Amino acid sequence: MVPLHISSESDASTSPDAVVVPAGSVGLVTPQFISFTEPLQLSSGQVLPSYELAVETYGTLNADRSNAVLVCHALNASHHVAGMSADNPKDIGWWDNMVGPGKAVDTDRFFVIGVNNIGSCFGSTGPASINPATGKPWGAAFPMLTVKDWVLAQARLADHFGIEKFAAVMGGSLGGMQALGWAITCPERIGHCIVIASTPRLSAQNIGFNEVARRAIISDPDFHGGDYYDHGTVPRSGLSVARMIGHITYLSDDDMAAKFGRTQRSPGKNGEYHYGYGVEFEVESYLRYQGEKFSTYFDANTYLLITRALDYFDPSRATGGDLAKALSMATAEFLLVSFSTDWRFPPSRSREIVQALLKNKTPVTYSEIDAPHGHDAFLLEDPRYHAVVQGYYDRIALQLGLPGRQSVNGVLAKQSRTGVPT
Amino acid sequence: MSHTPNLAAGSAASHDAGLALRPDLARIASWIDPGSRVLDLGCGDGTLLAYLRDRKSVEGAGVEFDDTRVITAVRRGVRVVQQNLEEGLALFDDQQFDSVVLSQTLQAMHHTEHILTEMARVARCGIVSFPNFGYWPHGFSILRGRMPVTGEMPYQWYNTPNIHLCTLKDFEDLAAKLKLRITHLATFNGENEVKFLAGWRSTLAVYRFESPMAAPK
Repeated sequence: MVPLHISSESDASTSPDAVVVPAGSVGLVTPQFISFTEPLQLSSGQVLPSYELAVETYGTLNADRSNAVLVCHALNASHHVAGMSADNPKDIGWWDNMVGPGKAVDTDRFFVIGVNNIGSCFGSTGPASINPATGKPWGAAFPMLTVKDWVLAQARLADHFGIEKFAAVMGGSLGGMQALGWAITCPERIGHCIVIASTPRLSAQNIGFNEVARRAIISDPDFHGGDYYDHGTVPRSGLSVARMIGHITYLSDDDMAAKFGRTQRSPGKNGEYHYGYGVEFEVESYLRYQGEKFSTYFDANTYLLITRALDYFDPSRATGGDLAKALSMATAEFLLVSFSTDWRFPPSRSREIVQALLKNKTPVTYSEIDAPHGHDAFLLEDPRYHAVVQGYYDRIALQLGLPGRQSVNGVLAKQSRTGVPT
Repeated sequence: MSHTPNLAAGSAASHDAGLALRPDLARIASWIDPGSRVLDLGCGDGTLLAYLRDRKSVEGAGVEFDDTRVITAVRRGVRVVQQNLEEGLALFDDQQFDSVVLSQTLQAMHHTEHILTEMARVARCGIVSFPNFGYWPHGFSILRGRMPVTGEMPYQWYNTPNIHLCTLKDFEDLAAKLKLRITHLATFNGENEVKFLAGWRSTLAVYRFESPMAAPK
């Protein structure tokens, strides 16, 4: 869930000419910022008068515009899906192991769009943007958002590119919810719906974790009811605690045991405890570091907005809890993937979606990967997971009459590895 | 599960199912109506479903547990659900399919009766194949004091996945108990169909039965 993956392969270099582009990378990328002036009617009843979306694209849109893939991000990622940021080549896209020439989502054949959602803080219009009505940051006045709102905003982006129908809309976790949202809200505009490590709705436990995270932010004295921009403060400690809680839910128990166990950070003489509330164990040090790092680049209002959008997502709410009915208008073909040790959105949640699709006689493929890395596994390099996605995209290419795969790069090019540490 | 020979297997997998199906699979295919809906339990690499899709316009779904086979099936464009069959067929609705196939897997399942009733629940017709324990050399082997080890069952007693072996008559008794109406039987010895004294001479039996839940046509 770290949006800024630092690759060991991209050498520190001051001159962009000297940047080495690794095989399978889309290379240096620059975002575009696209303005939409038509007001967006939101699920809450509020209206966003205008907005801007930060977007990156990889590959080439073909003449009949049939090869477009939309990648939707989860809580804390952005439009920077793949490649190296032109202004900082060390800043590698968050799904760079998945998207690139010869990778599972092969940019030699597909035109891939990464979009930062409204409400986020990586360049698209969000709570930290200027409210045109007041000339000041939106802050607490920024409207509440839902997954459906994001889908509608993304649909206008598709219009902007002249894409009538995506070959696939794809996402992990909250991104998977957006893919599902596409299949429900714009069924005729999506050929394949790829939902990874996701869920048809949050459980009470999921909402509970989100609420604790939100309370940490809201009760931070520097939060100022969401208008901290005016006060020149940032609710850094609340945001950092929120991130620490979230981070625990992304990892599996086994993963944490393997990574940290009960290892002490800097044990006293003969391994003595320090008998205090400072950092005693490695896991504490790690979580604090993750939290503090996060609080330097992520916006607290965005965290609140996005966790709330997660809570609200429940397509079967409109059909009396009947998920099959909620998905009945979907005409896309589906791929779902879940991971055995994901306790945030466990396989049973994905199976619910599979069951509903089977009931509707909607074509569905489902892979349950026995991987140790918890929810985070969807961002990692399990070769079986990548092989399933690669195989599925190769079939999409065949279906659409796109050219054959020219190369195999990335995770599947290095066969012997079975998942790498974060 | 992590025997990953070559997951990268490059180019788009061939979309033409092999022409030559094994004789038992060919027989199974012959019992399936064109354009019908088929569930293949333990679908392996999707060979049968790909064949049925390409030759008989069948709308298929498969269930498979093994990672490598799931990946191969996905490459074939076969719709597969990765699941352990022992967990049952809860993902599938009553009478959702026209036919459900369980090929050479029954004998390795813990819950034999349960999978058969589940098959009858999800589809109008079931097709089951299994190695015939009544094959005469098996009896001969036991007379010599040895567990049988043959082509269809090449395992030693201590490493065999086959835990529920039966003869043709045994299966027919169970089918009757579960109210499965047997409509077809084919028996094979290796590549060849066996018609005479099949209970002794065949190594593999393939049955087709109708579900008691099936609406009369």
